[in-house]
Amino acid sequence: MGSVFRSAEMSLCQIFLQSEAAYTCVSELGELGLVQFKDLNPDVNAFQRKFVNEILRCDEMERKLRYIDKELKKDDMKIPDTGENPKAPAPKEMVDLEATFEKIESELREVNTNAEALRRNYLELSELKEVLKKTQNFFAEHGEGHHTIVDDAQNALVHDEMATTSATAVQLGFVAGVIPREKVPAFERLLWFACRGNVFLRIDEIAKPLEDPVTGDAIFKCVFIIFFQGEQLKLRVRKICEGFRATLYPCPESSQERSEMLNGVSTRLEDLNTVLHQTEDHRHRVLANCLKEIRNWIIKVKKIKAIYHTLNMCNFDVSHNSLIAECWTPVSALENVQQALSHGTELSGSTVPSILHRMHTKETPPTFFHTNKFTKVFQSIVHSYGIASYQEVNPALYTIITFPFLFAVMFGDLGHGFIMFLFGLWMVVMEKKLMSSKSDNEIWNMFFGGRYIIMLMGLFSVYTGFIYNDAFSKSLNMFGSSWHPNYSEPLLDSVETLVLDPEYEFDNVTGPYPFGLDPIWQASKNKITFTNSFKMKLSVILGIGQMLLGVMLSLVNHIYFRNPLNIFTEFIPEIVFLLCLFGYLVGLIFFKWATFTVHCSTCAPSLLIHFINMFLFSYTMPNDNFNYQCDHTNPKLTGCKATTVFYRYQNYAQIALVLGAVLCIPIMLCIKPFVLRARHNRKIRVSIES
Amino acid sequence: MDRKIIPAVAMTSIWGFVGIVAPIFVQFCMRGSPNKGVVQVMLVLTAACCWLFWLCAWMFQLNPLIGPSLETNFIRYIQEEWK
Repeated sequence: MGSVFRSAEMSLCQIFLQSEAAYTCVSELGELGLVQFKDLNPDVNAFQRKFVNEILRCDEMERKLRYIDKELKKDDMKIPDTGENPKAPAPKEMVDLEATFEKIESELREVNTNAEALRRNYLELSELKEVLKKTQNFFAEHGEGHHTIVDDAQNALVHDEMATTSATAVQLGFVAGVIPREKVPAFERLLWFACRGNVFLRIDEIAKPLEDPVTGDAIFKCVFIIFFQGEQLKLRVRKICEGFRATLYPCPESSQERSEMLNGVSTRLEDLNTVLHQTEDHRHRVLANCLKEIRNWIIKVKKIKAIYHTLNMCNFDVSHNSLIAECWTPVSALENVQQALSHGTELSGSTVPSILHRMHTKETPPTFFHTNKFTKVFQSIVHSYGIASYQEVNPALYTIITFPFLFAVMFGDLGHGFIMFLFGLWMVVMEKKLMSSKSDNEIWNMFFGGRYIIMLMGLFSVYTGFIYNDAFSKSLNMFGSSWHPNYSEPLLDSVETLVLDPEYEFDNVTGPYPFGLDPIWQASKNKITFTNSFKMKLSVILGIGQMLLGVMLSLVNHIYFRNPLNIFTEFIPEIVFLLCLFGYLVGLIFFKWATFTVHCSTCAPSLLIHFINMFLFSYTMPNDNFNYQCDHTNPKLTGCKATTVFYRYQNYAQIALVLGAVLCIPIMLCIKPFVLRARHNRKIRVSIES
Repeated sequence: MDRKIIPAVAMTSIWGFVGIVAPIFVQFCMRGSPNKGVVQVMLVLTAACCWLFWLCAWMFQLNPLIGPSLETNFIRYIQEEWK
C-alpha cells in the first residue's frame, strides 16, 4: 500500500455523481477515508450554497442532542460506549430522527418546568411551616395559649401594669416571613434606622437548609417576625421587606388557627413530596430511554452534516442532473475508491453509474503518508516539527530508531530501562483490551498512544545501560575488571587514596573491559571526570553522525527531483563544510583514542585547544628532536605539550581544511540565486519572443 | 595483542549480522509484506547505532591516560578478592 520512505503518489480525480446517488456515494467514500475533496465553490457564501437548509436542520438536531446530553449529565447518567460505528442514514430517515428528537426535547422541557413549579411550591410551603412553628414557639414563651398574638405581643413588649388596662392599649400590627441568613444583619440595621427603633424584630434560624427551586442550591434562611404600630410603619416595614426580597407569609392571630394551618400545611407538603418524586421518576425514565440510542444518534447526525458539507463543495451540473466533485486520492487507492463508488450507486438504487476520471494537473498534490498503528506515533512526532513536501523523503522512518536510541543514550540505566520496557510491553500485549475500555484520562491516553515508542526506548535503554555499566546506579562486573592494583601494605597504610597508574595497573594484554565501562570506575572518586570526557566525545560523534544522515537524505531528495543545481550548490558545499570541520574533529577523536597511550600522556593533544587554534591559525611547532611516533620503547619525549602539533604537516592540512570550508560559504550563498535569476529572465525573454 | 581483538571481532560480527545479513534475509522472507522496507531500515539503523556506541566505549578505554582514584581500603579489598 505504498512505502513509508516517501509520501504517497497522489492523483487528482474528477467524480461525476448522479443526483440520487450523490448522497450514498459520498457516504461510502467517507467511510473509506482515503479521499480529500477540493472546494469547487470557494467564493460562494456559506448561506448561498446548495444544501444550506439540510445543514441548518442538522445544526438544529445537534442542538437538541446537546440539550439531552446536558440533562443526562445533570442526572449523572454516563453514556455507554458500545464501540459501534453506524453509517449515515438515508435522507428520508432524517425526518424521522428530527421528529424523535423534537418529541424527546419537548417532553424533557415540560417535565423540567413542572418540576421547577412544584419545587417552588414546596419551598413556599416549607417556609410557611417554619414560620408557623417558630411563631408558635415564640408566643408560647411569653403568654398563655389562648390569647391572640397581639395580646401576647403586648404582654411581651410592655411589662408594666398599665398595659393591662386596655383603654390605653395600643393596637399592634405584625408581619411574619422568611429571609436568607446572610441578609439578616443588614435587615436589622435598616429596620432600626428607618423606623427609628419603633419596631420590634425577632429572628429565629431555620435549622436545615432549604433547596432553591431554580439552581438546586441549599440556602440557610431565618424566620422573622416584626411588630409595629400604625399604618406608616406598616408601609415602611413592608417596603423594607420587599427590598430585601424577604417572603412574607400570612400568619393567623389565634393559636388555634395557627395549629390547624400547621396541620394543613404538613399534609400538603407530604402530598407535594410524592408528586415531586413521581415527576423525577418520569424524567428519569425518559432519559433512560434515550440513553441507549443517544451515542448512535450523535454519530449519525455528525455524518449527515459532513456529507452535506462535502456535497456543498461540488459543482452542480444542471444539464445532466449530476454533481461534479474533484478530489485528491493516492494512486494506490484508486481501486478502492472505484469500488466504494459502485457500491454507493448500487445502494441508492440508481441505474446510472458514477464515473471516476483521473486528471493531470501541475498543482502540488497534498502529502499523504500511509501509517499503521506502529508507525503512526513516530509520524505524528515528526509532523509536530513540520510536514514534508510532496514526495520528499519521510524522516519518520529513521525516527523509529534514532529517537529511542538518543533517548536511551541520555537515559542509560539498565534496571529502570527494563522496567520501562516491561511497561511498554504490557501495553502492547494488552492492546486490544485496553483500547476497548475507552478512558477519558488524558495522561493515560498519552501513554497508551505512545506504547510502541515507550517499549523501544526501554529496550535501547537496557542496551545503553549495559554499556554505561549502570543498573539502578550500580555497576555489574561480568567479565572481570582490567585494572589490577598491586600496591604494598606500607604504601596503602600511609595514604587515604591512590590514583592508579595506567602504565602499571592497567592490564594491556587482556585489553579494556569488553562490553562497556569498566566496573572499577563506580568506586572511584574521579568517575565524573572520566565519564564526562567519554560522554562529550560520544555526543560529538553521534551528533555529527546524525547530521551526516540528514545531509545524505537531502541528496536522495535532490536526485529524485532531478535537480543537479541543488546537488552542486547545496549538497556538495554542505557536505564539504560538515566533513572538513566536524568530520575532521571526529577523525581526530578516533585518532587520539587509538594512538595515544599513557607513555606519551604529556604529549596527548587537547582536542578542544587544537580545534580552537585551527580557526585562529596559531600553531605551536615542536622541537627538532620531537618524534611523531609514540610507543613505550621510546623514553618519555620532551618538548611537547597538549597544544603541540602532533602529526607531520598538521598545520598545512588544517589550514587547507579551514580554507576549503570557508570557501563553501560563498558557493552556498551566491551561486544559486544568480542561476535562478538567469533562468527566470530567460523564460521571460522566451515568452516575450513567442 | 590477540586477546584484545576478540571482543572487537565478536561485537562487529554480531552487529554485522543484524545490520547486513538479517536485512538480506528479510528481503526474501517478507517479500510481499508492505512493512518490509520499514523492518530493513530498522535493522540497519539499530545495528549501526548500537555498534558505533559500543565502539566508542571500547576505544575510549583502549589507551587510558588517567586511572581511577580509589580509597586504600577498597584497593586492599580488590587485591584480596579479585584474583
